Amino acid sequence: MSESLVNFLQVSVAGFLTLCIFSFLYKDNPFYRLAEHIYAGLSAGYYVGLIWHAVILQQLWMPITRDGEYTLLIPGIMGVLLFTRLTEKLSYVSRVSIAFVMGNTAGISIMQQLHGYVLPQTGDTISGLLGAGSWFATLGAWIIFVGVISTLIYFYFSKEHRGIFGATARVGIVFIMISFGAHFGYTVMGRVSLLIGRIRFLMFDCVDSFKHLIN
Amino acid sequence: MSSFLSKQLPMAVAFFAGFVMIVAFFSGNAFISWFSQQQLKWITIVGGFALLLGVASITRVSLAHVRQRKTNWPYKVVLLAFLTVSSVFAIFQGTEQGTVYDWLFQNMNAPMMSTMFSMLAFFIASAAYRAFRARTLEATILLITATIVMLGRVPLGRAIFSYLPQVTDWIMNYPNLSVQRGIIIGAALGAASMSLRIILGIERTYLGRS
Repeated sequence: MSESLVNFLQVSVAGFLTLCIFSFLYKDNPFYRLAEHIYAGLSAGYYVGLIWHAVILQQLWMPITRDGEYTLLIPGIMGVLLFTRLTEKLSYVSRVSIAFVMGNTAGISIMQQLHGYVLPQTGDTISGLLGAGSWFATLGAWIIFVGVISTLIYFYFSKEHRGIFGATARVGIVFIMISFGAHFGYTVMGRVSLLIGRIRFLMFDCVDSFKHLIN
Repeated sequence: MSSFLSKQLPMAVAFFAGFVMIVAFFSGNAFISWFSQQQLKWITIVGGFALLLGVASITRVSLAHVRQRKTNWPYKVVLLAFLTVSSVFAIFQGTEQGTVYDWLFQNMNAPMMSTMFSMLAFFIASAAYRAFRARTLEATILLITATIVMLGRVPLGRAIFSYLPQVTDWIMNYPNLSVQRGIIIGAALGAASMSLRIILGIERTYLGRS
């Protein structure tokens, strides 16, 4: 098969599936559903391939058979036990594996959240208040301080938002709206950029590969 | 099922697994450090199997759908066919560049993924049209900020007002940063307290129904 034909086939498949997905903008239709199910099947298959090679072969099978790391049989057995969830009678057996994952993740999370987020973010928030180099930077540090405190107070629901507490929460909502607006703007720009990429693909790549095939 | 296997043993395992990770953070003991490293390896393996369980579950649900000839069952056949093809080629041929698995990802999965994300531009525009009415002070602030940030990132914005990119940068670096910090601190405190509840066995919803 010539290179231009292979390229045309590749681009045609990608172009057809792109159009199938875009057809949803009109309304739900069989082409969209077809693409949607292909996408779901391929995504699931993608994870099978990824886990088979990166986890089961590289981190379980090879260390056991090649290096004799027999302790890895424990997570291997725990992993297999997870599949008892597919049977109603034995599903409780999988709880040990789930509890291991939850407990381990919780243990890592406590230290990670406190040490990695709460303390550094708090430190950065108060560090520039008494002088950050210039009056502009110090003003910025105070704006950040007020924003952090008022946002935290806005999300604190254990006390009624009244009096000074309520006034601070109202300042918090102003900061939150500015942040949400900024994020909205950024998200729109990102999505439009992706949209331009897909339209360019349909208008140029697909047409060019067809021209190459004809020539 | 016995209460020991379904409740007490899982809770003990969760406590032990979490406790080891906390102790390993503070203790310089070589055995505890080694054991916590082993646990990190183990969790990757068990997590991998958990993802495979998800794939097994979708396969089971789809097969039942086809067997019972439910509405739109042919689409489930398509899903199963593509799941089987990509999995079989990934396992037997590999996942490197030039394989069928790679071809399927590059020419089918990746274009569909970016199209799905790009389509959100239309839905965001439609949602904005309905929601962005400056009826309250909060909605007006959101509307103005979004407009400034969008215009500040394109040449048109600079043409309208030359300082607009600097204004956008100031919004991102000060008011926006403060809210992000507040949310991060709040969420981290919440996650830490939830983790403690899991380790101490107060939070048990992950065990499912008894």
